[in-house]
Amino acid sequence: MGLKILTEHINVPGIETIDVYRKHGGYKSVEKALKMMSPEQVVVEVKTSGLRGRGGAGFPTGMKWSFLAKPEGVPRYLVCNADESEPGTFKDRWFMERNPHALVEGMITSSYALGANTSYIYIRGELMFILRILEKAIAEAYAAGLLGKNILGSGYDLDLHVAPGGGAYICGEETALLESLEGKRGNPRNKPPFPAVKGLFACPTVVNNVETIASVPWIVNNTGAEYAKVGIGRSTGTKLISASGNINNPGVYEIDLGVPVEEFIYSDEYCGGIWKGRKLKAVVPGGSSVPILPADLILKTAAGEQRLMSYESLSDGGFVSGSMLGSGAFIVFDDQQCIVRNTWNYSRFYHHESCGQCSPCREGTGWMEKVLHRIEYGHGHQQDIDLLVSVAKQIEGNTICPLGDAAAWPVAAAIRHFRDEFEWHIKYPREATAPGAVYQGQLATVSA
Amino acid sequence: MADIKNEVKFSDAAMADIQRYISHYPEGRQKSAILPILHIAQAEFGGWVSPEVMDKVAEILNIQPIEVYEVATFYTMFNLKPVGKHVLEVCRTGPCCLRGADQLIDMLKEKLGVEEGGTSADGMFTLKPVECLASCGTGPMLQVREKFYENLDTEERVDAFLDMMRKSEVETPYHVAAYKK
Repeated sequence: MGLKILTEHINVPGIETIDVYRKHGGYKSVEKALKMMSPEQVVVEVKTSGLRGRGGAGFPTGMKWSFLAKPEGVPRYLVCNADESEPGTFKDRWFMERNPHALVEGMITSSYALGANTSYIYIRGELMFILRILEKAIAEAYAAGLLGKNILGSGYDLDLHVAPGGGAYICGEETALLESLEGKRGNPRNKPPFPAVKGLFACPTVVNNVETIASVPWIVNNTGAEYAKVGIGRSTGTKLISASGNINNPGVYEIDLGVPVEEFIYSDEYCGGIWKGRKLKAVVPGGSSVPILPADLILKTAAGEQRLMSYESLSDGGFVSGSMLGSGAFIVFDDQQCIVRNTWNYSRFYHHESCGQCSPCREGTGWMEKVLHRIEYGHGHQQDIDLLVSVAKQIEGNTICPLGDAAAWPVAAAIRHFRDEFEWHIKYPREATAPGAVYQGQLATVSA
Repeated sequence: MADIKNEVKFSDAAMADIQRYISHYPEGRQKSAILPILHIAQAEFGGWVSPEVMDKVAEILNIQPIEVYEVATFYTMFNLKPVGKHVLEVCRTGPCCLRGADQLIDMLKEKLGVEEGGTSADGMFTLKPVECLASCGTGPMLQVREKFYENLDTEERVDAFLDMMRKSEVETPYHVAAYKK
């Protein structure tokens, strides 16, 4: 359908090599920025574009860039967050594997805008095969004079390196990522100071997601104003959506922000409908951290308006009846899936991934997992549902980093929208734990 | 028992890679290279990092051994005990479960005769459930060293995968094993 800002050439054979990449217009933004624009002009274009952070938070990228402190004689760093670990999200891996030069180009142009002379791509350790793809692309860029000293004769120097993590979801949080990049345990830092003032090696640092950085070359080539014309309202541009779960066509799709959710789920161009002829039960639209929505609320807002794939529309109704676009990880549940089991699974994930620094998260995530486990396995108590709500509330907002919120939201939302299903598990444990049993919305008619 | 520390010797290729990673960081920040070095060490020395290997990493980086231990124990990819020839890192997180990850894990447990975290009697496989590997659209899936094996949603595919692994050799990024446990 729409414009392919990120994926236009992704299926071109050999696009992972620099020659083919350049034949399709690759590295034009480096020439344009370094030869014809000042760093400030690049920042202005990114601001004008309205581009928002694609890692999950959706913070305006141009604004983040303009916060970067620039003290004399102190190096500045750009760090790319390729620690893609949010359950449901696989767009960055998919993208880097196919088109590594697009990220390298974005890193050069963005580093120039920020005045960084050394930049890093921090990639999760599980993706060592992608690290090798990126290192090959970087070596090609050095050989072509696009990295190193005096790039294209502009007088601008840049070294670009890839650094692997070691297996820790928390390192996707930007200050934990910086700790990890410094060779330490991934414990998030207290803020302030923010990375823009004191980041990597205590120097001013910008941390941006892969997709965010890969969007910069198009903005530089075509202007921020052109980028802002794509999308809807304050959700400008296109977005990579990782579609997974019980659908016919799981995969990564580049969409214009603003496509109706219903079209995204049922159109053959995207998810292709629910698999095995089943019905839609629920969707987690932005990665495991964001609230789950039942079928009726994901297709239409509480006010009855068509729900769109955009930051604003998906969060319409707040957490009472809305959710978030997050990282664009669109996880679809068919009517044979158990919400209690899924919520327990997510809780186990957050318990496993909590760094253990803040008590509410360290203790609370384990507590929620334990309670959800006993409900799922037929040993729940009547008061457990309210207990979960209370624990979630006490974690939320009381931790250094957002992992606490991310652990609390899915539990609170599952209970908000599927309380009956939790009650069924507690009241009718024998039925609920029978192999393949799924709540069919008939709480009152099931006999104990 | 001989002084095992003397036997911890990286291959030349691995050592060159280690020096390359160290060179990526500013003077005095060589500790930053600890994670890539631990990955190299694990690949070199039988799929796990022993205290002796960690001590060697500390020596290379000129830092205290505790600085290596505290990092190696934080990150889940580093195995701190001996493992089988092939470590099957199976995704157990929500999106993969929607497509059959629980069934895959059960199947592997039964076929290999192991519990989660255990190693098969023949020493061939260690079953290690892990969290989301960013392959949700192609689940259920697992990882062995640097490769993903995806869409393992039928018994035939799982059997074919296990047969293939039984016949395959361990390849380190350098194709050398300088140290055998």
